[in-house]
Amino acid sequence: MADSTRALARRGSGSGGSVTPGSAAPWEYAPAPESAASGRIKPRYQMFVDGRFVDGRGGDVPTINPATEGELAQVSWASVDDVDDAVRAARRAYNTVWSKMSGLARGKYLFRIARGIAERSRELAVVETLDNGKPIKESRDADIPTAAAHFFYHAGWADKLQHAGFGPHPKALGVAGQVIPWNFPLLMAAWKIAPALAAGNTVVIKPAESTPLSILVLAEIMQDAGLPEGVVNIVTGAGDIGAYLVNHPGIDKVAFTGSTAVGKLIQQSLAGTGKKVTLELGGKAANIVFDDAPIDQAVEGIVNGIFFNQGHVCCAGSRLLVQESVEDEVISKLRDRISTLRLGDPMDKNTDIGAINSAEQLSKITELSAAGDAEGAHRWTSPCPVPDKGFFFPPTVFTDVSQSMRIAREEIFGPVLSVLTFRTPDEAVAKANNTPYGLSAGVWTEKGSRILGMAGALRAGVVWANTFNRFDPTAAFGGYKESGFGREGGRSGLAAYLDTDSDTADEGAA
Amino acid sequence: MGSPAPVALGDATSARAPATSAASVAVPPRPALPPHLAGVVADESALRRFLYGLPGVDPVGVESRAASLATRSIKKGSKLAALDLAISMVDLTTLEGADTPGKVKSLCAKARRPDPDDPSTPQVAAVCVYPDRVSIAAAELAGTGIGVASVATAFPSGRSSLSIKLADTRLAIESGATEVDMVIDRGAFLAGEYGHVFDEIAAIKAECGETRLKVILETGELATYDNVRRASWLAMLAGADFIKTSTGKVSPAATLPVIHVMLQAVRDWRTATGRQVAVKPAGGIRSAKDAIRFLVAVHEVAGPEWLDPFYFRFGASSLLNDLIMQRRKQLSGHYWGPDYVTVA
Amino acid sequence: MAQRRTSTAAKDAATAAPTKAAPATATSANRGDKAGATARTASRRTASRRVSADAGGGANGVISAVPVLKTYKLYIGGKFPRSESGRTYPVRGSSGEFLANAAQASRKDARDAVVAARKAFGGWSGATAYNRGQVIYRIAEMLQGRRAQFVELLMTAEGYGAKAAAAAVDASIDRLVHYAGWTDKLAQVFGSSNPVAGPFFSFSTPEPTGVVAAFAPQDDSLLGLVSVIAPIITSGNAAVVVTSEARPLPAVTLAEVLATSDLPGGVVNILTGSAAELGTHLATHADINALDLTGVDGQLRIALARDAAGTVKRVYTPHGTPDFTKTSGTARLRAFLETKTVWHPTGAISLAGGSSY
Repeated sequence: MADSTRALARRGSGSGGSVTPGSAAPWEYAPAPESAASGRIKPRYQMFVDGRFVDGRGGDVPTINPATEGELAQVSWASVDDVDDAVRAARRAYNTVWSKMSGLARGKYLFRIARGIAERSRELAVVETLDNGKPIKESRDADIPTAAAHFFYHAGWADKLQHAGFGPHPKALGVAGQVIPWNFPLLMAAWKIAPALAAGNTVVIKPAESTPLSILVLAEIMQDAGLPEGVVNIVTGAGDIGAYLVNHPGIDKVAFTGSTAVGKLIQQSLAGTGKKVTLELGGKAANIVFDDAPIDQAVEGIVNGIFFNQGHVCCAGSRLLVQESVEDEVISKLRDRISTLRLGDPMDKNTDIGAINSAEQLSKITELSAAGDAEGAHRWTSPCPVPDKGFFFPPTVFTDVSQSMRIAREEIFGPVLSVLTFRTPDEAVAKANNTPYGLSAGVWTEKGSRILGMAGALRAGVVWANTFNRFDPTAAFGGYKESGFGREGGRSGLAAYLDTDSDTADEGAA
Repeated sequence: MGSPAPVALGDATSARAPATSAASVAVPPRPALPPHLAGVVADESALRRFLYGLPGVDPVGVESRAASLATRSIKKGSKLAALDLAISMVDLTTLEGADTPGKVKSLCAKARRPDPDDPSTPQVAAVCVYPDRVSIAAAELAGTGIGVASVATAFPSGRSSLSIKLADTRLAIESGATEVDMVIDRGAFLAGEYGHVFDEIAAIKAECGETRLKVILETGELATYDNVRRASWLAMLAGADFIKTSTGKVSPAATLPVIHVMLQAVRDWRTATGRQVAVKPAGGIRSAKDAIRFLVAVHEVAGPEWLDPFYFRFGASSLLNDLIMQRRKQLSGHYWGPDYVTVA
Repeated sequence: MAQRRTSTAAKDAATAAPTKAAPATATSANRGDKAGATARTASRRTASRRVSADAGGGANGVISAVPVLKTYKLYIGGKFPRSESGRTYPVRGSSGEFLANAAQASRKDARDAVVAARKAFGGWSGATAYNRGQVIYRIAEMLQGRRAQFVELLMTAEGYGAKAAAAAVDASIDRLVHYAGWTDKLAQVFGSSNPVAGPFFSFSTPEPTGVVAAFAPQDDSLLGLVSVIAPIITSGNAAVVVTSEARPLPAVTLAEVLATSDLPGGVVNILTGSAAELGTHLATHADINALDLTGVDGQLRIALARDAAGTVKRVYTPHGTPDFTKTSGTARLRAFLETKTVWHPTGAISLAGGSSY
């Protein structure tokens, strides 16, 4: 490859190649692996409770690298007793330290954590990629910097809560119980911990069972930052531990990001408890391409919308709604573009699509895709090579999809795009909104009035116009309908961690 | 346009007629457009409608994509291959008022043997000079396979009459140029006189005959990506063999997002017509790292078929030495300084 | 009751001047009011029953004063239907005396109300904030115009003294005026432009969550009701309201105010009847986006909150017992708002500015 290219290049110029075509040769990128050593993966990780790394009583469970299926490290899991300890530690920290500390002082800890993440960003990126399977370029350029940004943004709120719009004396809720998913392990930890701490709460948080490592590195950063003991407690384990945590009588607030099915169970079990709940659940976003769209950028947006993070994104643009008049052009360009996506070793800096996070998720994607075949949709798969080992699923596009098919209604949470068409803007809106979800949507058109009109008509918490999958700590994120309630980021994100429910003006809420 | 006859657009046609008659006898001025595109050059308003009907370019989107692709990590063998390829794609350029015969000869020597210490280094694709220096370059490069490119058409501003531009072109070709780099009339383009720009390109192409024509859009003066896309299509409709970003005299010159737009245009053009048009960024590309980023863009936006000196060039002067230093580093394992590579 | 009138025109009867001939009744006298000072609808009603009963016995000239009584019905989609079930239940005053029969809304009435609310939601949420503010202010105007009638009604239905009744009506008017002024402030107070770290313009704006099913307080039948409805519709939501079961009459009369105040039909739908019966149908209804559980408590409140989880409804439950005499906070407003964040690229307007990246 490399050598042949050189030879061809020489032949090209040396023999009058400048005036004859045909000297093009395949040019393959040599492997450009990030160094796994910089992740400093330890053989065993402990949970983090009351400022200390401690063994859990749930036994040791391995976490694997989904790209190789090999064991990455042993992780000590929590038992319910450990959750009790963690909640007690968080309560003690809330009562004795954190609620008494000035906002400015709390903010300074958050600033320290933000800096700590930035300083160890390369290590964190490697840990994230090894444990999660996402491409290193995404953990390096998106997950880790955005996590640091979340701490930095919320640090500044800690001493300005009276300006957040929830009254002159906003109060923290107390102890927050948080459960986060595996798709953005560190970033979701930041989305949860930073606003909770800024608002004056203490935290017990459970990472996903398949991706516990990066948050335990974050624990080291918090420890190094001198964060008072018990302010953040991390309990590891599976769904049973999460369920125990959110139902724990010792917590005042529950924040959950994950599937709509689990979200419903949590909402149900907390009914009548008076605990404040925010849920960030599933989605089935429509990405709507009009015939007057900037087509090439729309194609980029479609690709970014569904293949970013292997499609393991709750706000993924998993339903492409393309205007019939440009369907052929868009689909043809889309397939060409998808064919250039490089699937493989997540640690390779040139990898665009990494590994599916778990065997379980891979089988779910496989099963739903098979349903697409069975229901008569037309499957197209990128010709990219797929590694023999590890959990991989090649980029897939279904055309001839109708609204009634499972692949158009259910969240696949993988690199699978369902293409539907529309004729008029009204039809686009009707199809886009025709889902129990309402997390995000995309609109592609160069007509300004249509952008704003569509943005108003779409029942979704985030509308990206002529772009997709943009996130920022200053911009509220969260869903309509069954995509959950409450927001993360921005001023409205703070409401999730403050007592803002007073009914009358003189009780604190503005 | 269903027939191969050139399209008459506006007054420029009559201005062109006497000058092109000789050339157009020998070769068809430009290949016929496929039927579905024939109508778009039927008259000024059809051309305008077509150009305005091209999809817009979202600047942030294209810049984001360019930035993202620029993070590709090209290492080891693939880097060496890229460096060799880039060297073989260089149009080694001198376009100064102070260009002397000696300067041109020196440049030609550099073109033949970019790195005298390593004969395995590829030759460059062409040497690019002003028309009155073409004969010197042609003599120096005879038999080497290295092309002689000449700017023409009142380069760099393009502000002269068509007859002078045609004469300029004729001078270059008659002096031995194998490629002509023309500039479009940006004033006419920005005034919306697309037919005028079209006719002028068509006329120069007719004058060029088999000589490959590079059409310089001067993207820095077109000001928007939408205009870059329209000008790219306009040039290809009028018969361009190459679309080229810049004269090198205007900033910004060749940027990655601009080349993305042009690479997308040639790719779309091939889809529409089956014909492959070449691309040449010029101006501002000084480092091997930049050049490799351009090659990645060529590879992933236009496609690997464009990774060929026939279809992609770098208009540059100082770039060559950085490519050579990086090439030596790849082969020797250590870094080199400018005193160890020859200046032209 | 033979003397009950069924014409829907009766809804306007109450705007007529107080009946001159009506004497103070035993009911009002029992409450120790200066009842004779103002004639009241309720006393008129009680008196009229007596009069019409007399009228059945023997006619003379006095009988011409027999007033027309009101039939209390539901308010759905801007119309006043009876319950599709045909059911009614007797409403009694604070001393147990019969006041009227109220429609007992059924599951299907609730369904119809949700359909009406959903239909109205698009237009109401799409109306300008200025327009919504004017409409809500118009409700205040119409309520003011019927102040005396509502004072009467509260005294009869709630057992309020005249002063307390007047205070409740005045507070209800004030509440509407307060929320009328909120419509065009919400986006400014709860929205933002977001200084994101990239070449994008990002803004967040509050939007109504959709159709809200509200359970009005069981007491405080006017002020509580207005305090529940107003924040829901201020932001553009449509409401299906289950009234106080025992004290539904002010709600139905309020519906007459709503119907004559430019509020599009279906924006507020009022169901009289049992929260326990209707609750679970509303809480599980998949086309309802949010619940306001102010008027239910205990196990029912928990059960409805649990039902709401089936479609991830937003649930608003006040802390403790709300004191509607106090100035409102924003919690009720915010409870039925979504935040929508919109992004669009900005960046360089020309190539000369260089790349935004």
